[in-house]
Amino acid sequence: MPFWGIKLDHHKTTADSQTVPIPLPKTVKILMSQHMGAPCDLLVNVGDEVKVGQKIGDSAAFMSTPIHSSVSGTVKTVEDYLLASGKVCKAVVIETDGNQTVCETVQPPQVSDLASFVKAVKESGCCGLGGAGFPTHIKLNVDIKDKPIDSLVINAAECEPYITSDCRELIERPDDVIDGVEKVMKYLEIENAYICIEKNKPQAIKIMKQKTADKKNITVVSLRSSYPQGAEKVVAYSATGRIIGEGELPSAKGIIVLNVSTAGFISRYLKTGMPLVEKRLTLDGDAFRTPCNVMVPVGTAVSELVTFADGAQSGIAKLLAGGPMMGMCLYDFSAPITKTNNAILAFTEKLAKNKEPKTACIHCGRCVAACPMKLMPTELEKAYEAKDADMLRKLKLNLCMNCGSCTYVCPAKHNLAEVNQLAKALIR
Amino acid sequence: MDKMIVSPSPHVRSGTTTAKLMGHVLLALFPAIVAATIIFGGRALMLVGFCTAIAVVLERICGIIMKRPDTTGDLSAAVTGVIFALNLPPTLPFWVAFIGLFFAIVVTKQLFGGLGHNFANPAIVGRIVITLSFPAAMTTWTEPFTADVTTLATPLASKSANMLDMFLGMTSGCIGETCSVALIFGFVYLCVMKIITPTTPIAFVGTVALFSFIAGEDPLYQVLSGGLLLGAIFMATDYVTTPVTQLGKFIFGIGCGIITCVIRFYGSYPEGVSFSILLMNIVSPYIDMLCKTRPVGAKKPSKKVKEAN
Ligand code: SF4
Ligand code: SF4
Repeated sequence: MPFWGIKLDHHKTTADSQTVPIPLPKTVKILMSQHMGAPCDLLVNVGDEVKVGQKIGDSAAFMSTPIHSSVSGTVKTVEDYLLASGKVCKAVVIETDGNQTVCETVQPPQVSDLASFVKAVKESGCCGLGGAGFPTHIKLNVDIKDKPIDSLVINAAECEPYITSDCRELIERPDDVIDGVEKVMKYLEIENAYICIEKNKPQAIKIMKQKTADKKNITVVSLRSSYPQGAEKVVAYSATGRIIGEGELPSAKGIIVLNVSTAGFISRYLKTGMPLVEKRLTLDGDAFRTPCNVMVPVGTAVSELVTFADGAQSGIAKLLAGGPMMGMCLYDFSAPITKTNNAILAFTEKLAKNKEPKTACIHCGRCVAACPMKLMPTELEKAYEAKDADMLRKLKLNLCMNCGSCTYVCPAKHNLAEVNQLAKALIR
Repeated sequence: MDKMIVSPSPHVRSGTTTAKLMGHVLLALFPAIVAATIIFGGRALMLVGFCTAIAVVLERICGIIMKRPDTTGDLSAAVTGVIFALNLPPTLPFWVAFIGLFFAIVVTKQLFGGLGHNFANPAIVGRIVITLSFPAAMTTWTEPFTADVTTLATPLASKSANMLDMFLGMTSGCIGETCSVALIFGFVYLCVMKIITPTTPIAFVGTVALFSFIAGEDPLYQVLSGGLLLGAIFMATDYVTTPVTQLGKFIFGIGCGIITCVIRFYGSYPEGVSFSILLMNIVSPYIDMLCKTRPVGAKKPSKKVKEAN
């Protein structure tokens, strides 16, 4: 699959902006379901005192990670929260006491082999950043006797416009990243690691090349800047030349793909035991007067970030969690930051509206040429309109990863990616 | 903002629109129009202008009658008008051109549902209709640089033109087909601007050259004469009526090339470009059906699944 991808404007305005902490918010709202997998059961009650890193939610299910308090303070209320998926989960509102006292349970974990490593990663609350937020320990929980892994692909492509939070991880904490990579390699007995960075981050590439110069089995791969270079299957292919097939996990091809910030986090967790309670976010978009990178406690309301980046709520026409290609619209400034967030983008009306009207498909084939999975979005659209489920299956609708490239390039302004999402419901 | 916009991703779009793509095609046709004006004079330019205007007017009238939104802004009608005009002899009466345009815009395009729904290239259908109905008018040629009507045959029929003259367009023929160099300019422009991929024109022209060579004709002469370059560059690359994948476009081009040569060498018409494109337009949906892309990593459906379906 020679991968071409599409060219986007990068807008990496914040690439050089040092991550700064935001002032501690008065309250945080921590959701009991922050990613795919089972939601957590609440471990605290209203009125309880909690400390930073204290476990406040957990689940017996394997496909789940515990949730920890990002602040010290008092549990004020427990409320129902409507998720974007339409499901409702519990949310814990904690009033901060300003001391940020660290919980006694925060201790470096005892790790000696793969099983204890996987358990530690589960306890850390770590999950991936790919929107759905795949719990990291599940990726690492492979039977290496049966299916050896030979390649660790560290995804630092960051192909979405605007977002620079992974880039900042590489620049600010390169040693953590390398240490995390080496830990994963050690416990999973992986021979080679590839740190994949898009060419548009020369500083990060330079730093990583220097730092890994004496490490023979860690390679820094500079990738073409094209979208969606950071999609799991694409980055795995770019690094190893292996194609991850339909319905396959990367491990079936001897590959594990981890996000770069995840690698850095794993290193720090093994050293300190501090679970995932804060996130680095890029704040950007034309409605923010001061675009920047910030470190925020999980559960911080978006409104705090709008204030911090000098945006006026009244001037924001569209608010995104994530990048402009795959990010989700937020409709409420009180929405809390979750573990899977990596950016909050705010746009004024000028950039938020799609100006061009939809016209008839002219069969130009641009969507077909743009699709990284080599699907035929225009045919999929026709099959969806005809409600032809068989055809949708034949056209491999299930391989669509909703990257949005097809919609982006279409001169007739068809919402092809959206149609595919609707069509998926049809064949389910 | 009282209500923020909530919409599914992606939240950005490229600036490319149908109108912009068509605008680039018009620009790419510009050298051919200039060359035609120099070679065949003001009458040729008037014919181009007339056809473009009438195509747009017909498109608008159809839109009003059929209660469709105004689509003249997408410039596709203008492109059809220009390409149609470039396929006419310089002295063709305006009313004959009008009849051709009526079949192009009204019958072929609008009655089938407008841009994107037409099964064949409107300009080609228009041209074929008048070629069949007014054979005399459609084969009345003028000498370059004079307005004299000539009884001389076009280079394709006479087989005796000078190669350089054909390259520069100093031969008799349709308005826009004679000047190869202007057409090639347009081709390079379209490819550089990524408006078309070179697949179809190269497959088409390559096949004609190869076929000519095998049939004992002079390949270069066959490529430069007749409407081959105009057809291969501007008509066989029409989005709507040609296959969508690269493999499909390749097959389409080869098919056009073979049919063109068969008609030229063994048929009763001297020229086969229009007919070949029309025929391939008709089979294009079938080519599309056979030339689907192979999704990355897709599993072949197992036998069981097939039976269950
Ligand atoms: S959204 Fe789906 S169909 Fe469209 S380009 Fe991406 S993978 Fe292909
Ligand atoms: S990009 Fe748009 S206009 Fe072109 S074939 Fe695809 S759906 Fe049709």
